Amino acid sequence: MSGGAMKHVLPVLTVVAAIIALWYAAAVGLNRAWVYDQAERAGVAPASGMALIAETWSQERPVLPAPHQVAVELVKTTFGMAPSSKRSLVYHGWVTLSATLLGFAIGTGLGILLAVGILHNRAMDMSVMPWAIASQTIPILAIAPMIIVVLNSVGLQGLVPKAIISAYLSFFPVVVGMVKGLRSPDQMQLDLLKTYNASNTEAFWKLRLPASMPYLFTSLKVGMAASLVGAIVGELPTGAVAGLGARLLSGSYYGQTVQIWAALFAAAIVAAGMVMLIGVMERRTLKRMGMAR
Amino acid sequence: MNWLVVALGAWAFGWWINTRLARSSLAKTRGGKLAVPVIFGLTVLLLWEGLVRGLNVSPVILPPPSDVVARLASSVPTLWEDFVQTAVKGALSGYFIGCAAAFATAILIDRSPFLQRGLLPVGNFVAALPIVGIAPIMVMWFGFDWQSKAAVVVVMVFFPMLVNTVAGLKASDHMQRDLMATWSASYWQSLFKLRLPAAMPFVFNGLKIASTLALIGAIVAEFFGSPTRGMGFRINASIGQLALDMIWAEIVVAAIAGSAFYGIVAMIEKRVTFWHPSQRT
Repeated sequence: MSGGAMKHVLPVLTVVAAIIALWYAAAVGLNRAWVYDQAERAGVAPASGMALIAETWSQERPVLPAPHQVAVELVKTTFGMAPSSKRSLVYHGWVTLSATLLGFAIGTGLGILLAVGILHNRAMDMSVMPWAIASQTIPILAIAPMIIVVLNSVGLQGLVPKAIISAYLSFFPVVVGMVKGLRSPDQMQLDLLKTYNASNTEAFWKLRLPASMPYLFTSLKVGMAASLVGAIVGELPTGAVAGLGARLLSGSYYGQTVQIWAALFAAAIVAAGMVMLIGVMERRTLKRMGMAR
Repeated sequence: MNWLVVALGAWAFGWWINTRLARSSLAKTRGGKLAVPVIFGLTVLLLWEGLVRGLNVSPVILPPPSDVVARLASSVPTLWEDFVQTAVKGALSGYFIGCAAAFATAILIDRSPFLQRGLLPVGNFVAALPIVGIAPIMVMWFGFDWQSKAAVVVVMVFFPMLVNTVAGLKASDHMQRDLMATWSASYWQSLFKLRLPAAMPFVFNGLKIASTLALIGAIVAEFFGSPTRGMGFRINASIGQLALDMIWAEIVVAAIAGSAFYGIVAMIEKRVTFWHPSQRT
């Protein structure tokens, strides 16, 4: 490993290690009360020292599970079970991820189309753009439960309603980012194409669209994160059937804290994986286009 | 049938007038820029009203806007109570605690490049995660009332705010910092007189991002358990009763609260960072 990489990796590792150490300490502090309580009920002296610490890190329903408990649960429910099992995180993760991806694809596609429309039609630009920007400041996630229930009452359930929420949430960031990107070429470049006698269509394909790529990828990352949150929240009102959101909800019903944390980390891993995937695509694309920094 | 005609008429008229306005010289004026989106919004509302009434869409699928307005007017006390519970107690208190904590952390790690190099990638990573998922945990720890919602909001706004503040503290350039050094300014003098003012555009960017996150966090956290008031609770409860006009009324309140919150932060930003190129007109 080169010195430059070490310069960046070492601080990150230190911070992560510090967070894990803090977490273990917090687990001792938060779970201690239960150990004392159990000992009092059993009429014995409560454990102390190392025994106390060991007990706080190995409860079945701790207030705060220790990191290794979450990791064990995560590994057990990911690799230790058939992917079709209802207790497998792969199954639940895929339920959420498939809705996210479908919604993300729809939302991104429609977003790009609307951005192109806004670029070419002034009336559309002036009518829609202020609303698209304003919509970013309002908590549209709040309508997710309603969409689920309404679509359920007209017979649509499962994947599609969640995908609609995801699409809705990823739509506006893509519109705003894409319009910005399509407008990013400056007047000089547009004038140059005019001197080449290029039509509007040619200017779009050869200048505006390539120039918008960095903006597109930035908003894709935002949109992907929003889509995933949308799919997770969309799983709540149907009563914890399947998906990572359902795991969170059923965990909170039954006090299964380890399960909640495992689902939370699974969601985090999925989100990080997707954002990283877009990051890789971004680097490849920009490199091939000669725009890499 | 008449309602369908109204809907189509409104749509055609809205289209026509907006196209005319966008092409006319009015489009460059302030009034024109305001009128076009407003006309568009009204057209959408009329189209919605006309289609729902004309096609006899059941109110448990999509209530017409007039019903929503009627509900909004008739249940002001309930909506106000929900607003206070969710937006003021949950979102706003969490927002202040979270942003203040992030700001203080940024100042604390300012002197250690090592910690900055470590915390920034972690912060950027965490900012992209679905943090609302911690809501069930916070509800378990802090109970059903607004404290647990505020806790979710604190965690949600912390990292975007931290990342932006740290970036902002780096915004002053070398020349300016050297100038402070030639005046033998101490660390704190240079922080308060140069670097913090220079960081303000970034800090406000973080504050604006956090303002939207705060309301989302407070509402979604209520889906995991809440006392019998609050915007998220009302939305969830109204779904059970199929009272969709109530849900839409809550959404209107949430939209107004969200834009007002954002607007207030943007207004303060304008006052504080009047010197920044993006604020000069």
